[in-house]
Amino acid sequence: MHLGHTHDGPAAVSADATRPDGTRRALRIGLGGPVGTGKTATVAALCRELRDRLSIAVVTNDIYTREDADFLLNNAVLPPERIQAVETGACPHTAIRDDISANLEAVEDLEDAVGPLDLILVESGGDNLTATFSKGLVDAQIFVIDVAGGDDIPRKGGPGVTTADLLVINKTDLAPYVGSDLEQMALDAKKQRGDLPVAFTSLTSAEGVGPVADWVRAQLAAWTA
Amino acid sequence: MSVHATARLRAEPDGRGGTVLPVLESAGPLALRRTRSPHAPYARVTVVGAMSAPLNGDRLAIEAEAADGARLTVDAAAATVALPGPRPDADPSTYTVDLTVGEGAALHWLPEQLVSAHGSRLHQTTRVQLAPTASLLLREEQILGRHGEPTGALTTRLTVHRAGRPLLDQQLAYGPDAPAGWDGPAVLAGHRAVGQLLLAEPSFEDAPLLARLLGPTAALTPLVGPAVLVTAVAADARLLRGILDDAMRELLDGLKKSFEEGFED
Amino acid sequence: MSRAALLVLADGRFPAGGHAHSGGAEPAVAEGRVRDADSLAAFCRGRLHTAGLTAAALAAAAAHGLDPLALDEAADARTPSPALRSTARKLGRQMMRAARATWPGPELDALAAARPRGAHQPVVLGLTARSAGLGPEDAAHCVAYETVSGPATAVVRLLSLDPFHATAVLARLAPELDRVAEQAAEAARRGIDALPAASAPLLDITAEAHAAWPVRLFAS
Repeated sequence: MHLGHTHDGPAAVSADATRPDGTRRALRIGLGGPVGTGKTATVAALCRELRDRLSIAVVTNDIYTREDADFLLNNAVLPPERIQAVETGACPHTAIRDDISANLEAVEDLEDAVGPLDLILVESGGDNLTATFSKGLVDAQIFVIDVAGGDDIPRKGGPGVTTADLLVINKTDLAPYVGSDLEQMALDAKKQRGDLPVAFTSLTSAEGVGPVADWVRAQLAAWTA
Repeated sequence: MSVHATARLRAEPDGRGGTVLPVLESAGPLALRRTRSPHAPYARVTVVGAMSAPLNGDRLAIEAEAADGARLTVDAAAATVALPGPRPDADPSTYTVDLTVGEGAALHWLPEQLVSAHGSRLHQTTRVQLAPTASLLLREEQILGRHGEPTGALTTRLTVHRAGRPLLDQQLAYGPDAPAGWDGPAVLAGHRAVGQLLLAEPSFEDAPLLARLLGPTAALTPLVGPAVLVTAVAADARLLRGILDDAMRELLDGLKKSFEEGFED
Repeated sequence: MSRAALLVLADGRFPAGGHAHSGGAEPAVAEGRVRDADSLAAFCRGRLHTAGLTAAALAAAAAHGLDPLALDEAADARTPSPALRSTARKLGRQMMRAARATWPGPELDALAAARPRGAHQPVVLGLTARSAGLGPEDAAHCVAYETVSGPATAVVRLLSLDPFHATAVLARLAPELDRVAEQAAEAARRGIDALPAASAPLLDITAEAHAAWPVRLFAS
C-alpha cells in the first residue's frame, strides 16, 4: 500500500487531493502570522466577501481554547456549524506543522458535516515569524503581517515572509501614524520573495480585503481546473 | 480460625404486586433479616453484621438475585469494618458480592460504608449481571481508616455487565499494599472517603442524562449504556454520604418526574 | 521485534495529537495539587498505576491480537468520564491516521472502517504496534510512558518548571514504567477478562471539570 492509495475508511493521508469517493476535495488555505496582525479579521472579511458564491468553512487554532472561533461566531460571518476550533496545547505551530492530525480531523469533520465545500480556511494561532503550515494540511498559505509591527519585518525575512504563497501586509492605514515606509516594505518583500505576490491591505478601507479575495479566487480557479 | 461464609437471597414477584423472598440464608457473620420496606412493591433485606468482620483471612460472600419483575432493597444495619485479626501473617480477607437483576426487576443495593482499619487487608469484589430491562441503584463507599488512623490495605473491583456486555469496570487500590501514588494528586490527594453511586435505568436509553459536576470533588457521568455513575471523594464518611445522598435524591426525583410525565403523554 | 520501530512509535514527535493534552495535569496545576517536581512525580506515579496500567493493558491486548472491538468496549466500561472517552477516541482517530501512514496494514484498515470516529487510543496504539511488528510489552511500554510524559511536558509549559527537573522525574519513574508494562502485557496474555481496570477517582472528576472550562491551554 502506498500513501496515495484511497481507502474504504477515512483517508490516511489528507494531502490527498481527492475525497475517499474520488471527487476533488475543498481547497485548503492556511493563514498564519504573528499575534495581532489581523489574521482573524482577514478570515472574517474573506468569508463575507466569498460566502455568497462559495461554500466555505473555517478551522481556527487558538492558543487559548476558542477565542478566535468565538470572534467569528459573534460576528456571524459563517453559521456556527461551519467553524471548528482546534485546541493546540500551548503550541500553535505544532498543530499546523509538526503534528497536523487534529487539524486534518477538523477539516474532514467539516466536509462530513456541511460539505461538499469549495474552500476551507485554516487560521493558525498567533505565533512567530517561523510558523508555517505543513503541505500535508494546506494547499497554499497566506502570511499576515502588519505595518505596525515594524517596517523591517519584510527585510528580516523568515520562513513565513519568505515562502508564503501570499504575503499580506495589513493595516496600511496606520502607516503614517507608526512611521512605516510602505515602499521600502514592498522593496524588501520583493527581495525576499522574488516573484511571490504581496498584498497591501487596510480592512477599514473601501477596497478592504479585495486583493486577498482576488488571490484566493485565482487559487480556486487553478485548483478546480 | 478464618471464616468462610456465603449468604444468599433471592427475590421474586408474588403475583399480587409485591415481592417475596424464597431464599434468605444467613451465613457466618452475615445475618440477613427481612425488614419493613417503606415502598410497598419492594421487599427489603437488612444485612446485620453479627460480629466484627471481615478479619484478615476471612472469605465472605453474598449472592443476591432479583428475579424477573422482582423489586428488592438491600441495606445494612452498620458499616462493615475490615480488621486485622489475631494472626498478623494471615492472607487478605475477601468480600465478594454477586448480584443478578432480571428482566423488569429492580435492585437497590445500599450497604453502609466499608471501613478499612489500620492493619487490615481486604479485597472486595462486586459483580453485577443486569438483564437488558433491569434497574439497579448501587452505592459503594470506601473509608480509609477509622477516625485519625492510617488506612489498611484495600482493593475494590466493581464490574457491571448489562445484557452480557461490559457496562462499568472499576478497580481501586489504597493503602500500604497499593502501588505508590494512590494518595497523590492524580488519585485521592489526601481525601479519605471515596464513593460510587451507580444508577442503571432502561429509560436512560431514550433520555440520557448529561455529565455534570456535583461540587469540586464529585461528578455525575453518563456511561456507555443506560446508566450514570456518580464518583465522589471527600474528607470523611459524613461529607461523602452527603454528596451521594443529594445525588441519589436528585436522580430518583428525576426518574419519578419522567415517569409521571410519561403517564401524561 | 524492531527496537527502532518502538522508538519511532514512542517518540513524542510521533504526529498523533498528544501534544495538545495534559493528561489531567492542567486541572491539577490549577487546583494547586501539582506545583513542583515532587508533586509532579506523585501525580505521574498515581496516573501510571491507575489509568496508565489500564490503558497499557488494553494496548498490550490489542498488540497481542485480541479483538480490537471487544477491547474498545472494555475501554468504554473502564472510562466512566465522557470527557475522557471523547478524548480517548479523538486521540485514537489521530493515532490511526499516523499509523496508516507509517505501518499500514489490513487490521488497521478494518478498525478504521469499523470506528471511523476513532477507537480508544490505547487500542489503536496496540494495533499500530502489532502492525509495526512490535509485541505486547512494547505497546504497553509506549502507553505507560505517554501516561507520564504527557503530564510532565504539560507541566513544563504550565508552571515553567525546569525541563531538566521534569525529565528527571520521568527518568526516576523508569523502573516503575517497566513493571507496569510487564504487568499489563502479562494480563493481556491471559485474555480480555484478566485485563486490569485500575482507576483514579480524581482524574475522572477533574476531567469533567476541565472539559467545562471556558478557557484552557490543553484539550484535556
